[in-house]
Amino acid sequence: MKLVVKDLQFGYNSRTILNGISLELRPKEMLGVIGPNGSGKSTLIQCIDGLLRPKTGSILLDGKDLKSISRRELARRVGYVPQTTSRSFFPSTVIDTVLMGRRPHLGWRSSNQDVKNVIQVLRLMGIEDLAMRDINELSGGQQQKVLIARALAQDPAVLLLDEPTSNLDIKHQLEVVEIIREKVMEKSISAIMAVHDLNLAAKYTDRIIMMKDGKVFVSGTPESVMTPENIRTVYGVVAEVIKNNGNSPHIVPVRSLRRPSRLLTNDLPLEPARA
Amino acid sequence: MEAERESSGISMNQTDVAAAVSDEVIMNRYQKYVGRKAFFILSTAIFLILAAGIASSLGQAKITMWEAYAAFFSKYLPDYFSASRMAETTIWNLRLPRIALGIVTGAGLGVAGCIMQGVLKNPLASPYTLGISAGATFGASLAIIGGAGLVGGDYLVIGNAFFFSLLVSLIIIGFAGRRGATPETMVLVGIAVLYVFSAATTFLQYFGDETAVVQSVFWAVGSLERASWSKVLIAATIVAISIPLLMLISWDLNILTTGDDSARSLGVNVKRIRIYSMAIISLMVSSVVCFTGTIGFIGLVAPHITRLAIGTDYRYLIPASGIVGAILIVGSDIISRNLIPPIIIPVGVITAFMGGPLFLYLIMKRRMGYF
Repeated sequence: MKLVVKDLQFGYNSRTILNGISLELRPKEMLGVIGPNGSGKSTLIQCIDGLLRPKTGSILLDGKDLKSISRRELARRVGYVPQTTSRSFFPSTVIDTVLMGRRPHLGWRSSNQDVKNVIQVLRLMGIEDLAMRDINELSGGQQQKVLIARALAQDPAVLLLDEPTSNLDIKHQLEVVEIIREKVMEKSISAIMAVHDLNLAAKYTDRIIMMKDGKVFVSGTPESVMTPENIRTVYGVVAEVIKNNGNSPHIVPVRSLRRPSRLLTNDLPLEPARA
Repeated sequence: MEAERESSGISMNQTDVAAAVSDEVIMNRYQKYVGRKAFFILSTAIFLILAAGIASSLGQAKITMWEAYAAFFSKYLPDYFSASRMAETTIWNLRLPRIALGIVTGAGLGVAGCIMQGVLKNPLASPYTLGISAGATFGASLAIIGGAGLVGGDYLVIGNAFFFSLLVSLIIIGFAGRRGATPETMVLVGIAVLYVFSAATTFLQYFGDETAVVQSVFWAVGSLERASWSKVLIAATIVAISIPLLMLISWDLNILTTGDDSARSLGVNVKRIRIYSMAIISLMVSSVVCFTGTIGFIGLVAPHITRLAIGTDYRYLIPASGIVGAILIVGSDIISRNLIPPIIIPVGVITAFMGGPLFLYLIMKRRMGYF
């Protein structure tokens, strides 16, 4: 599935959130969206899932405008993992919650096959032992894994992930992103992942768009996007970028550009030390 | 690099598999869990039949429970069952209409409550708390005190109650259709409407003549006294059509409990589901409440009891809440006729008296997870 976003504009009343975003997502591609808080990452993802209606611009799925696709049809093709773990209002087991991901493909009854598929996804995410637990009793990280499992059970062509690792510890962060990466390669799905962790983005995505104030500041391969200059301009952060023979760039934040208090000035260099 | 990533991912999964439970075990547990829900529905249904039997054996004429069942079935299977003429007339003409209206009302209110709580994402939502009953009371009072109504004759009070309870729902649905309306908006609108109609009823009662006021107060306290087969037939038809229509959207209701955005991204047209379900519910509740008056707490308590027992899956929750609601009303009716015989206390008083403490007990006994 090919996804094209053309000149997307979105705003609440007079406040513009997205100001002319264009991007392209190819099959089997994993696209990272990075940028500081409030730069419009989540808004962009919600526009692509049709949760927010853009003011102008178009979103095309395999050449078909999003506006002409029904909600259910869209749900068969695009899966979305929200940023906040949305607690179920009433108690619901993990297996029932993940089974909801099958909804776009189901009638009234769920078959044993659907349950089997769900168990497979739980196993893939390493949460099969939680199958019968109430999701409201799980930790934030476990809930996040449940939501990712649900999106995978949805069997979409495009997976949209909004900060999928924000509640996870370092092991689970890597696990989750690796699983998504594997899925992208095996099933020829594509994924867009908004993420705060620059190193995670650099390591696991094929391409990155870096956003600033609702615009694409720069886009390209992790190597071309992750430069000290870009990070400084977009985040206001002094960072070192280590490149070691062909591997993904590694970003080491040094300090913020805010005017330092006198207490800190002695300890932190204003510019990264040269090796 | 790529290969390294993959292989590390796979090996991690394999270690997980080794430590974890097998697919069959999970599948079995899940099937047991689903089986428990079906068993709950079956056993409560049997319990309801028993409760109805007990209810029909109670009264001035001495009829045992088995005579009551025999009298019931003798109408359909005269070859197999026979009952005395007296038992048959008493059961069919006096007791059954009342019990049937109780069952229909309990089912309607229980189902309405469980869906409203899910759709509006509020554990306090019920036909009563959203002003639907207040609308019915106002309509009835207008007819009793003011003598004004949309239809004349016997159905003056009922027609008015029906119309005004529906009006309340239409106002709530009207707000739901507006851009940016949240479930909270709908709940707040319902509460606002509740106050307006309560005030309007008080206003009418303040100026009405004494007998009419007493009559309207009595109407407002829900009761099964006014039951008749023709009324039961109307209410039962609407309830029997509404429940399957609501069960059709069980999946969407399940998904809605995880949040609006989440539901929409799974292909649920949230606004349409909200309006569709509220429209059916209001028709169903209005058609019941206009015959019985305000029977509080059933719409609130029955779904919560059911959720505690079988969880949130609406495919089971809808029928089970209906049965539990029916049991609660039939049970309350039994108590209402035996507390201070021969006085029959209005069933609405009993449901509120029982419902309150029962609810407190449930809250204390077990953490519901959402309070």
